[in-house]
Amino acid sequence: MEFPIADSRLKKSEQSVATRSFATLREDFSDLQYIIAHPGIVLQSQIQNKMSYEECLLELARTDERIVVMTAENRAAIRNLPDKLGGRFIDTGITEATMIGAAAGLALRGRIPVTHALATFITLRAFEFIRTDVGIANLPVKMVGGVPGILSEANGPTHQAIEDISLMRGIPNVNIFAPADADELVAGLPAVVADRAPYYIRYNASASVMNHTAFEIGRAEVVGTGTDVALITYGFMVGEALKARAALEANGISVRLLNLRTVKPVDVEAILAAAEETEMLVTIEDHFLTGGLYSIVAELFLRHRVMARVLPIAFRDRWFTPAMLDDVLRREGLTGEQIAATIMNELAVAQPTAGIHAQAFSE
Amino acid sequence: MNMPLTELEESQLAQTALRVREHIVRMATGGGCFIGASLSCADLLVYLYSRHLGISPDRLSDPDRDYLFLSKGHDVPALYGTFAELGYIGRERLANHLSPDDHIYWHPNRNIPGVEFHSGSLGHLLSVAIGVALDIKLRGGTNKVYVILGDGELNEGTIWEGLLVANAYRLDNLVGIIDRNEFQANIRTEELIPLEPLEAKFEAFGWRTDRIDGHSFTEMHNAFGRLPFEKGRPSMIIADTVRGRGCPSIEWRADRWFVKLNDADAEILMNELHGHTTGALTSETLMVR
Repeated sequence: MEFPIADSRLKKSEQSVATRSFATLREDFSDLQYIIAHPGIVLQSQIQNKMSYEECLLELARTDERIVVMTAENRAAIRNLPDKLGGRFIDTGITEATMIGAAAGLALRGRIPVTHALATFITLRAFEFIRTDVGIANLPVKMVGGVPGILSEANGPTHQAIEDISLMRGIPNVNIFAPADADELVAGLPAVVADRAPYYIRYNASASVMNHTAFEIGRAEVVGTGTDVALITYGFMVGEALKARAALEANGISVRLLNLRTVKPVDVEAILAAAEETEMLVTIEDHFLTGGLYSIVAELFLRHRVMARVLPIAFRDRWFTPAMLDDVLRREGLTGEQIAATIMNELAVAQPTAGIHAQAFSE
Repeated sequence: MNMPLTELEESQLAQTALRVREHIVRMATGGGCFIGASLSCADLLVYLYSRHLGISPDRLSDPDRDYLFLSKGHDVPALYGTFAELGYIGRERLANHLSPDDHIYWHPNRNIPGVEFHSGSLGHLLSVAIGVALDIKLRGGTNKVYVILGDGELNEGTIWEGLLVANAYRLDNLVGIIDRNEFQANIRTEELIPLEPLEAKFEAFGWRTDRIDGHSFTEMHNAFGRLPFEKGRPSMIIADTVRGRGCPSIEWRADRWFVKLNDADAEILMNELHGHTTGALTSETLMVR
């Protein structure tokens, strides 16, 4: 794999060449300061896989004094930062709306606030503040939502952020980063924090599900070149989709997988290519069917006059069964194996002659 | 402490405020505006921008300026009138009120020089002001952050969150000002959601308060000259005001919140500003939203 390089640091070592192999590049990336100063050049998971979200955020904050870390008293992911950041760690107590408003004020003064709360509370309780104070003003506030989607496990519907994508993508200027695992969270964070736009970050520090390709905002990670089925997904469900892909391929079905990484901006090109080059698309998300990925794909196809067969896997007008993660996956039919079986069943149904045939999962 | 205002200074402030009120009445013609709340806080804005705030048209992006946030954004005609009188915008620009070709509409926005942040949804700008005050503290600045709140706006829960947070962070560079005109949109505050005793509420939240006549430049001068009321604590000034102040035929009226004046009514109110009663308004030109 080769990366385009053009920077003074490499020139110093007489490497003013256009491209270098990844192996050599990796050594140069040992210094995170360098990475942060070059958000356009992105990280391979191996580089940072020993770094936690908290450590990465701390390094970013150490390098860039504009960064302030805020929380509405949700410190799970940033427990060690108060001592290290001093006044740049601001805990507003259980006041999601006020935290976002204050973040807007800090951003007016040139800061980049990285705010934290559970995904439901930051996107719902503070929704109007995100829309009105961050969105209208287009301020670079980053909103990190903890335990989104099925990661809320046994908390119950109060904590199920499964309309968060729908809400956040509806706000002009607000982008969405939904990492597949801890590696991707850390790989994407420098670029997302450095980006001028406000971001909703669907926090996911789950164990690594794969070796990721270089992160780029707006560019999906495409696994495989399969032409039978394309799985389109984001966030935690990437791991189960990978398992589904393996199971389908074992059954002779060729599958490509699109890990969107940023749900907004979405990789239009990759989705349209998948529609053109495969027989059936499957959108997989731990989100309501309405307003999330399935809606994004549907809007895209209408806009581009694409006819495609799409199987959506999502929660259709209902919350999911509260339980521990593995049990939720099994109960809701969301394990990789179950997803593969659902897809096999769908493929067994003759495709209607009249074009698009979308069927909701679990009906 | 401030030196006392001289008679001349006070009269100059009154003259400026009169011109601002004339602008407000003019902006209430055509598509109309929120005239009652604009007239109630006009004196406060004239005093703050003329005498108190460390800000001027030539230092709008100076990080060491004082910040004023208008959280009850529907009184923006008073702000724009003040800006026109003090050189932030040309007076002629006020004639663009509600024109699609300018940005002078019913709520403030940052396209107008001097406006620090947009508002219109109540209960937002205390939190935004807290963010600015926190940053000024972080950088060791000495400038202050003022936020004008409506009394009806105090119904909003985020105001009380903000009161807690500002106290927690000991933001003595933050000053709240309540335009206490005793009205919600359609009804007296004490009839709907009673607010009194206000000083006791704010004091219990750790703020230090003063209560003044919001139309007395002398009282403003004394109160604002003592800020912060206590080191390490945010300050709240409750300014008792009169909705519709300056135009007796719309003062203290629940049904004179948002008005659209025809030219004859505008002239009647303009005369009232100058102390002359010249007739009754034709009520069908007035409406409540």
